[in-house]
Amino acid sequence: MAMKMEISKSVFKPTVEGDNRTKVDIKGLSVYYGKFRALADINLSVHEKRITAIIGPSGCGKSTLLRSFNRMNDLTPGCRMEGEIYLDGENVLSSGMDVVNVRRRVGMVFQRPNPFPKSIFDNVAYGPRLYGIHNRSDLESIVEHSLKSSALWNEVKDKLNQSGLSISGGQQQRLCIARALAVEPEVILMDEPASALDPISTLKIEELMQELKKDYTIVIVTHNMQQAARVSDFTAMMMIDEARAGRMIEYDATNTIFTRPKDRRTEDYVTGRFG
Amino acid sequence: MDIINRHLGIVRPPMRKTFETEIQQLKDEMLLLGSMVEQQIIGTVEALKKRDIEASRRIKETDLQVNAKRYAIEEQVMIVIATQQPMAHDLRLLASILEVSGELERMGDYAKGIATVSIRMGDQSLLKPLIDIPRMAQIGTDMLHRALTAFINEDVEAARAIPVQDDEVDDLYNQVYHELMMFVIQDPKTIERANWLLWVAHNLERVADRVTNICERTIFTATGEMKEIGSKVD
Repeated sequence: MAMKMEISKSVFKPTVEGDNRTKVDIKGLSVYYGKFRALADINLSVHEKRITAIIGPSGCGKSTLLRSFNRMNDLTPGCRMEGEIYLDGENVLSSGMDVVNVRRRVGMVFQRPNPFPKSIFDNVAYGPRLYGIHNRSDLESIVEHSLKSSALWNEVKDKLNQSGLSISGGQQQRLCIARALAVEPEVILMDEPASALDPISTLKIEELMQELKKDYTIVIVTHNMQQAARVSDFTAMMMIDEARAGRMIEYDATNTIFTRPKDRRTEDYVTGRFG
Repeated sequence: MDIINRHLGIVRPPMRKTFETEIQQLKDEMLLLGSMVEQQIIGTVEALKKRDIEASRRIKETDLQVNAKRYAIEEQVMIVIATQQPMAHDLRLLASILEVSGELERMGDYAKGIATVSIRMGDQSLLKPLIDIPRMAQIGTDMLHRALTAFINEDVEAARAIPVQDDEVDDLYNQVYHELMMFVIQDPKTIERANWLLWVAHNLERVADRVTNICERTIFTATGEMKEIGSKVD
């Protein structure tokens, strides 16, 4: 006869405690390429200084959604967006929005490291120079701070004048992160940031993300579910519907998504039963 | 493409065949461990009843095999977790298999405990004919059998119903307890022989309690809900 025991309601420790302030609030977002609706009615609240992972099978619109955050889709001919994306309460999609400033506040890191064919220093200083900073000592302190934040400083501090392409792939990716940090963004979008890297470089990026989330809001698209489970606080699961439009299936704390998802399709995906 | 299969109503083979096979093997091993434990419980009470010391010794030897089987399952679960990275339902199932095989091993220990009593009693006769005690063993193993079936089938309804029978075992235990106390009150010299049987009955009562734990794991595996079943304040 068991004694009555108080068992806490949430069996699994939530990754994130305390207040979760919404940094980016997506409401009813649809994205069209010409007549084709690529994303349908997406709603997602991205929490500030947390890591949100977007997972789902290939072609479900994860990258399209990510590129909507800072209107990178504008660069695709025929692309049209409906709905609202609020960044700190301001609608990024409204016509009066300064897109250049949005892209400064919401930076991006891509799948393949893509440093410019310039020196390590000039790669990081590129953004600040675009914004009109030319004072050498200001640039030096931005470069040092950015490279330290991307955990690359100790490896490159003696060769800042060498080409950004002369370092390893993992280092190049951290250089790209430093380049994104140099313009003092608030949100960092990462599209498969480690898929072209070896396991050790991948773990370095993942560790770096944990450091970065103290100051930045991070949204990561990944095919690697173990990576999503390891790094993120929240996970959004996407899938395409019958009309091949990407839809949000489930969004919850990462611990919940990977231990007891509510939607059958999420369950099938995270357990590797389809995809 | 799966259009023709779907049109014809053909269900595809599982996408993770190796993994599914490994999980099935673990379930089979767990059922095997369960039936070993059932036999141990029935066998140990039978040996006690017949005062067959040799049979009681065999029960103790077989307990080593029960333990070995539990460790083998535990090791296999670890390997599957390390190599297959299970998530969600799969992860809950594997965690539950670990827990349930631990419960089964402990039930095996209760059978061994009863065998120890039987051996220590030596040539002493039983204080009273065994009627309620074999009944407790029978209900306990029956509950265990059904609990394992419910676990394999993830039958939440059955998992909630089975622990109710624990009350029958508790009632039998109380009955045995009061009877034995009557013997002791009437003749304090019977205290040692009464104590042996009380120990046996206590072990069987614990078997039924552990069946409840298995049922809790069934519900957890199926639903993700982790709660005590029918807990009450004594």
